[in-house]
Amino acid sequence: MPVEIDIAHVARLARLDLSEEELEGYKSQLGAILDHAAKVQSLQGDPEVEASHPLRFENAYRPDETRPSLDRDEVLAQAPETRDGYFVAPPAMELE
Amino acid sequence: MSELPGDLHDLTIVAAGAALRSGETTAVELLDAVLDRAHRTEAQLHAYLTLDRVGAREAAETADVELAAGSDRGPLHGIPIALKDNMCTRGVETTAASQILAGYVPPYDATVVTRLRRAGAVLVGKTNLDEFAMGSSTENSAYGPSFNPWDISRVPGGSSGGSAAAVAVGSALGALGSDTGGSIRQPASLSGVVGLKPTYGTVSRYGLIAFASSLDQIGPLSRSIADAALTLEAIWGHDPLDATSYAGVYPDPTADLDEGVQGLRIGVVSEFAGEGYEPAVEEKMAAILDDLSGSGAEIVEVSLPTVDIALSAYYLVAPAEASSNLARFDGIRYGLRLEGATTEELMARTRAEGFGPEVTRRILLGTYALSAGYYDAFYGQAQRVRAALRDEFEAAYQKVDVLVSPTSPTVAFPAGEKVDDPLSMYLTDICTNPLNLVGHPGISVPVGVDDQKLPIGFQVMAPALGERVMFRVAAEVERLAEFSARPLLEEVAG
Repeated sequence: MPVEIDIAHVARLARLDLSEEELEGYKSQLGAILDHAAKVQSLQGDPEVEASHPLRFENAYRPDETRPSLDRDEVLAQAPETRDGYFVAPPAMELE
Repeated sequence: MSELPGDLHDLTIVAAGAALRSGETTAVELLDAVLDRAHRTEAQLHAYLTLDRVGAREAAETADVELAAGSDRGPLHGIPIALKDNMCTRGVETTAASQILAGYVPPYDATVVTRLRRAGAVLVGKTNLDEFAMGSSTENSAYGPSFNPWDISRVPGGSSGGSAAAVAVGSALGALGSDTGGSIRQPASLSGVVGLKPTYGTVSRYGLIAFASSLDQIGPLSRSIADAALTLEAIWGHDPLDATSYAGVYPDPTADLDEGVQGLRIGVVSEFAGEGYEPAVEEKMAAILDDLSGSGAEIVEVSLPTVDIALSAYYLVAPAEASSNLARFDGIRYGLRLEGATTEELMARTRAEGFGPEVTRRILLGTYALSAGYYDAFYGQAQRVRAALRDEFEAAYQKVDVLVSPTSPTVAFPAGEKVDDPLSMYLTDICTNPLNLVGHPGISVPVGVDDQKLPIGFQVMAPALGERVMFRVAAEVERLAEFSARPLLEEVAG
């Protein structure tokens, strides 16, 4: 099937701020890869799709118990900006 | 040391363990030998991103004290092992070869790291990889490529190319890699070492920086089949920290190493031959099959027609999962940050800067394949291919004990040859990625070299949890091939 790619939309969904030139390059590469990937359409039959785990076991639940977690300060030490035990980020929406 | 044949860095884990216990060497001497080897070869190979000299020395000294006191932790005690740099190591930088994780120091150990430490292994350092394990040549590392010790103008394979090169050249006696589409087996094949992808779910993924969660599996690279089996025993087993971890009974991979193949049925996958396969690879394959027949195995042809579209399914499933997994790199909690007026702008700028071209390509591909209107045609259909493939493999294993193929259609290719042509790079994994889609184990055994002295690998595949028979056949292949060639790297102190 011919593949139509709105590459700017895809990049926005993926949170990737790419230049026009980069977008054009990726668009043509994706087109070639997706042409190859479209071979999945040629599958004959309709096999039963189960959970992807080869051992087909049920979902694994752990006991609902509190237990020690990682040290907060050690974890936050890897963050670019923190304050009072929180991660700091700019506003999620543009402010008036 | 002088009583030992050859150099310490050339020993298998089994031989080094015997030498440790007989008092012929020490863990500190073994560590010094591999670090010296790294010093002489790194300038040419770039197998490592980080060498943890201090931590490794402490572990080696501890191992020597414990062994001298008779406190033996088993076959990996005192053995220098390398880790692919996508496994978290507490206190040691872990980058996944990405700029976006430059300087990241994990606050915890991956479960495999915890298990290796408990087994007394000496963790030498972190090896190079394609960024986030996405690639087949180790050229996609943000910190520069690794090279093949058999010919430094060629790639070592990938994405665990650093681990493969380190084991091949003796800057570690064994290593761990991760295999999402062949990333342990293919570099093992191209670099002349053993590489194992175990059954999905048997080795914990906790602390492995995720690429494609339904495909990723950690496993060993080693100098021998026995080394691979005992390393597997040290790292696998149920882990409550990984929800996909197998909680049932595990086979004994070492039980039948000496049993031979008399009476076994070995299936040759007919789709893994023909166009694109180098004559030297096919000739070596045929020679090994003749030898296996001579050892009493029955060789039969098996057709798995869906294998022909497995690669297409793989390049939908893997990027789709990657696009989701890599959403966590947001510039807020760890790693690189570029500033922005809003959170979205900060994320988009950080991610565009921090991810290299192959990772960006796969995130875009996966995002597209999962997006509204395309999901069923691409991702949904890929999952159906995966189910069909699994049904075909399972039907085949009703008739044969193991399946075999070349590990890679070609020997190591020249650096730069495929790096700008994604599709041709993807095709190098054609023999390996079906097993990731079905979750079954596979192992690459070095069986010879071509006329340019480049290694050729032979893949043995088995059903889920079929490691025992897989190792039984692989051990016979190892005996028959008598692979003893070593890379003739001209040493240059680096």
